[in-house]
Amino acid sequence: MISNALTFSLRFIFLVLLQVLVLNNIQLSGYINPYLYVLFILMLPFEIPRSVVLILCFVLGLVIDMFTNTIGMHASACVFLGFCRPFVTLYNAPRGGYEFGASPTIKDLGLGWYLTYSGILVFLHHLFLFFIEVFRFSDFMSTISRVFVSSFFTLLLVVLCQYLIYGKGK
Amino acid sequence: MRTILLFFYKNHFVFIFLLLEMVSVGLVVQNNSYQKSSFLNSTNFIASNVLFSYSKVSGYFGLKRTNLILAEENARLRSQSVLSFAKYQNNHLVYRDTIYKQQYSFLNASVINNSINKRNNYLTLNKGSDQGIKPEMGVISSNGIIGVVKEVSPNFCAVLSILHQEFRVSSKLKNQGYFGSLIWDGIDYTVGNLHDIPNHVEVLEGDTVVTSGYSSIFPDGIIIGFVKSIEKQLGDPYYTIQVQYSDDIKKVSQVYVINNLFKEEKQNIENSADNSLNDQ
Repeated sequence: MISNALTFSLRFIFLVLLQVLVLNNIQLSGYINPYLYVLFILMLPFEIPRSVVLILCFVLGLVIDMFTNTIGMHASACVFLGFCRPFVTLYNAPRGGYEFGASPTIKDLGLGWYLTYSGILVFLHHLFLFFIEVFRFSDFMSTISRVFVSSFFTLLLVVLCQYLIYGKGK
Repeated sequence: MRTILLFFYKNHFVFIFLLLEMVSVGLVVQNNSYQKSSFLNSTNFIASNVLFSYSKVSGYFGLKRTNLILAEENARLRSQSVLSFAKYQNNHLVYRDTIYKQQYSFLNASVINNSINKRNNYLTLNKGSDQGIKPEMGVISSNGIIGVVKEVSPNFCAVLSILHQEFRVSSKLKNQGYFGSLIWDGIDYTVGNLHDIPNHVEVLEGDTVVTSGYSSIFPDGIIIGFVKSIEKQLGDPYYTIQVQYSDDIKKVSQVYVINNLFKEEKQNIENSADNSLNDQ
């Protein structure tokens, strides 16, 4: 358990620094900004109580906000992501339910399951984030296109990271 | 009472969600106001130090370009200095200058954090209240305007960039004198929109747009950009003018913070004029 906590803290710090120092400086054509830090929430095991996940989401979002001067925006989007996660895992459950001790990774549950799971959650997070950033619906088309393009790149990075960490899945 | 507690316990997930969501949306709304001090931004201790050490490394990659810009500016300033003018007459008078009084002072600073791809963008600079920076001071680079200081900590400050929906600067066409306000529409980071120029004025593509000096933040005549395209809409007495910013905000690294020494005096007289109107 203690080694788990250590792994999570290191992963938290690594992803925050990666996001703040590297990814926030990547600006492809002025529209695309991947938010890879959500991977931290996506990788949390199923056994962690849902309310603890919510609080972790809030803290993660606040830390990212601190660095980007967008106080509250990432926090609210992350909390929304944490709220949606149990429902997505519930409706996306594989036939026969989850095996005991399975974690939300490509290795344990397969690429198809993982793409649905992270795709939906990343899209919801970006949707919430970009609309709370603009705070109005008037430029709807331009905002929604940013959501789609950025979600796609975040998802790409998330899946790539999975392969980097765990190697090829089953 | 028991059932109420049980109800809360059963649905604690939803309640925690609602609570945290309300807190964070509250923070967003509160922070949307133009002037507000908060410790949870990039000027706090941890964030500013991480960003500062990062900029120390990343600064090396822009050294060549920065040196070039500074050298150009030095050359320009040197050509204006007293030493580069030959003495024309031998009998010159010495007098105490009472015609000119200094209105603006400039402080140089380095950009340690920057963004251009969000709807609302900020910069962080490596100077703060200990170096005399206060909120609402203007920030320019040697090529154009950058933004307005929003928050300060002892050694750092956060700057509201021209790429922010709350940022509007009173600007004018250099050769015509008509003034309007410049706003960024959030699409292209190199282009802003100039509003309120009446459509009987003759505007040409490539005209220079400068600050008007009405705002008490920026001095008169600081370059903002050049007219990129002009649109006349039916039934609208004003043009829609697109302005190409003269500076590339994505690359800026050295900036100047402007201190207007007459600011309080100007605001006092404007406020008292307002108040005396209200009293009548």
